[in-house]
Amino acid sequence: MTDTMTTADFNQAGFEAFLASRREPEWMLAERRQAWSQFSDMQWPGRRDEEWMRTDIRLFKLRQYHLAFDPLDALPSEIIPLLDSHITLGGHVHTVDGNCVSSAIAEQWTQQGVVFGSLDDLTEEHADRFQTTLLKGSYDRQVDRFAALHSSFWSGGQFLYVPRGVHITEPLHVLSALTDGAADLGHTLVVLEDGASATLLAETASEQEDSGGLHCGAVELIVGDGASLRYVNLQNWGSNVWHFAQQNAVLGREANLQWTSAAIGSRLAKVNQHVTLAGEGANSQVNGVLFTQGRQHLSYHTLQHHQAAHCSSDFLYKSALQDKSQTVWRGMIRVDEGAQRTDGYQRNDNLLLSNEARADSIPGLEIEADDVRCTHGSTSGMVDEELIYYAMCRGFTRKEATRLIVTGFFQQIFDRITIDSVRDALGLAIARRVRDYE
Amino acid sequence: MTHKLTIENLHVSVDDKPILRGVNLVLHEGETHALMGPNGSGKSTLGMAIMGHPKYEVNSGTIKLDDQDVLALSPDERARAGLFMAFQRPVAIPGVKMADFLRHSTTNVRNPNRQEGEDLIPMKEFRKELTDNMNKLEMDVQFARRYVNDGFSGGEMKRAEILQLAMLQPTFAILDETDSGLDADAVRLASESIAEIGRAKMGLLIITHHDKLLIHNPPEFTHVMLGGRIVETGGIELAEELHASGYERIRAAYPDAEAQNEAMSSSEVIS
Repeated sequence: MTDTMTTADFNQAGFEAFLASRREPEWMLAERRQAWSQFSDMQWPGRRDEEWMRTDIRLFKLRQYHLAFDPLDALPSEIIPLLDSHITLGGHVHTVDGNCVSSAIAEQWTQQGVVFGSLDDLTEEHADRFQTTLLKGSYDRQVDRFAALHSSFWSGGQFLYVPRGVHITEPLHVLSALTDGAADLGHTLVVLEDGASATLLAETASEQEDSGGLHCGAVELIVGDGASLRYVNLQNWGSNVWHFAQQNAVLGREANLQWTSAAIGSRLAKVNQHVTLAGEGANSQVNGVLFTQGRQHLSYHTLQHHQAAHCSSDFLYKSALQDKSQTVWRGMIRVDEGAQRTDGYQRNDNLLLSNEARADSIPGLEIEADDVRCTHGSTSGMVDEELIYYAMCRGFTRKEATRLIVTGFFQQIFDRITIDSVRDALGLAIARRVRDYE
Repeated sequence: MTHKLTIENLHVSVDDKPILRGVNLVLHEGETHALMGPNGSGKSTLGMAIMGHPKYEVNSGTIKLDDQDVLALSPDERARAGLFMAFQRPVAIPGVKMADFLRHSTTNVRNPNRQEGEDLIPMKEFRKELTDNMNKLEMDVQFARRYVNDGFSGGEMKRAEILQLAMLQPTFAILDETDSGLDADAVRLASESIAEIGRAKMGLLIITHHDKLLIHNPPEFTHVMLGGRIVETGGIELAEELHASGYERIRAAYPDAEAQNEAMSSSEVIS
C-alpha cells in the first residue's frame, strides 16, 4: 500500500496503483494485466446481448466508483448480520468494502488443515493452491466487461479450504459489507477436497437500506469427489447498489451441493449462477428466493451443466415481486453427450403482488444425451384475492394475509433449508418487507 | 346484553347482476336459524355479504351487529367483531400450516385491538386448546401440521371449518352447507360438534339442504329464500315440511320470486 493513495479509480492509473499495492506472485499480476487489457478493449454489454436485453444498465457509470485501500477497522454499527444469530459458528470473515475487518476460525479446524479467512491475507501463503483454482473453474473471464473488471481488480473476499475427509460440523459465516457509495470486488473461493464437508453462510449488507455502491464479484465453489457442501448466500445490498456476479460451482464424482440463494437487495442485479456436474453421480440442489420491491431489477441466469453420467440436479427458484420491480430468470439445463442417465429438474414460480411488477421466466433445455430425464416448468400469477378474503374472514388484516400468503409461497423452499437460523432469518427479512396492498 | 345481528332491506349484486333483493333478518345470540331455499336463491350470497366479500356489492340496506354498522367494516374487522362464516368451498393456502394459521387467527379474534407484530397467544396454551378441539372432532393431530385446506378431502375441509368455529368462538356464525359432501357418520359428528360448540351462546345461521344438521341443531326459525328474498319464515315445522315435500309449494306461492330465481340460476351466478 502506498502512503499517498487511499483509493484507486477504475482506469489505467488506478490499475497501476492497485497492482503496486498488491503483494502477489507474478503469475497473478500477469493474469490481472491480461484481464485489464481485455477490459480496455471491451464495451459494456448492451440490449442487443441476449443476457442483457431485459436488463438496462445505461445509468451505470463505473467512474462514480473506486476501490478503497484504507480499510475501516471494524464493521460500521449500522450493519447487523442476519444469518449468524442463535447459532454456533466454526469461524467467520467480515469484510467492509472488500477489506477484511475481522476473521476467526476455531482451532480444532486449523489443526486439521482447514484454511479460512480473507482471500487477500492468504494470497501469499497459498499462492500455489490458488494458481490452479482461482478464476480457473467455470468462471468465464471474457464473457463480458464485468468479468474482465473483476479479473483485473478482484480484491478481498474469502477463502475456505477443507482438506480431504475433514468434516466441519459448525457453519462458517461470511459477511460482505458495503459503505454507502463504495465498491466491493470481492472473490469467494471455496475448495473442498475429496470427501470433505462444510456449511458456509454468506451474506451481503449495506449501511442503510437505500445505500448505493458497486459490487462486481464472484463465487467459486469447488466440491471434490464425494465431498459435500451446503452454501447459503443472502444478497441484501442497499437498494441503490449495482450487483454483478458470476457464481459457479463445480462438482466432482458423487459430490453433493445444496445451494440456497436468496436475493432481496440491490438496485439492479445481473447474476450468472452455474452448477457444473463434472463427476459421475454428482448431485446438486439449488434453491432460490427472490423478493423485490420499488424499482428493483434482478436478473438471474442459471445453468445446470451435466457433463458426466448419473448426475442429478434439482432447481427451484421462487420470486415474489412488489411495486414496479422486475425479475428475469433465464434457466438452462445442458446435458452433454456423455451425460447419460441424467436427472434434471428446473422450476421457477413467480408471485406478483402488484400489477405493475413484471417477472420474465425463460426455462430452457439443451440435451445431447439420449437417455435422460429432464423436466422444467414455470408459473406466474397475482396473489389470489379469494385467499386474502378467506384469511381476512379469519381475522387477518389485509397486510397480514398478504404476508401469510407470501410466506406460504416460499415455504416449499424454507422446508428444504435444514439450517434453522437461515430459515428464520429469510422468513423474517421477507415478512418485514411485505407492504399493504389495496 | 343480548347481541343482535340485524339485516334490513339488503340488496346485493355481483358483477352488476342483482342477487339479493331486499333481505330482512334478525338473529339474536343463542338462536339457531335455518336458511333454506332452492339453488341460486341467494343463500351463500347473504353469507358473503355479511362477511364483506369485495365482489359482493351492497347496493342498499343495512347490516348491524348491535349498534355497529357492519358494512363499514373490512372482513377482518367483522371477524374480530364476532362474525364467522364456515365456507362452503374453503380455499387452500399452500405453505401455511393449519396450526400457524389458527394461532394467528385466534389471537386476532380474541384480541380485537391487537396491532400487527404484537405477541400471539402463548404456544403452550394454544396447542392444548387446539388438540382438545381436534380430539372432539376426531381429527388426527397431524392435521395441524398440514397446509390450510391444501389437498384436503371434502370432509376434511368441512371438519377444518368446524375446528375454526370451535377455536374462534364467534358471536354469530353462518354455516354454509357445512354438512354437504360428508358421509352419514361425518354429518352426525359435525352436527353434534356444532351443537356443542354453539350451545346456548352462539347465534347460528345454518344454510343446508339436508335435515341431519337441523336434527342436532333444531332451529327456532326457518327462513325460505327464493329469488333473492326471504319469502317465508316459520318454525322448525317449516324446515320439516321442505325436507319432506320440497319447494313446489313455495315456488307456486311466490311466482315473482320464482321467476327471478329461475333467471338467476339459469345465468349461473353464485348459488
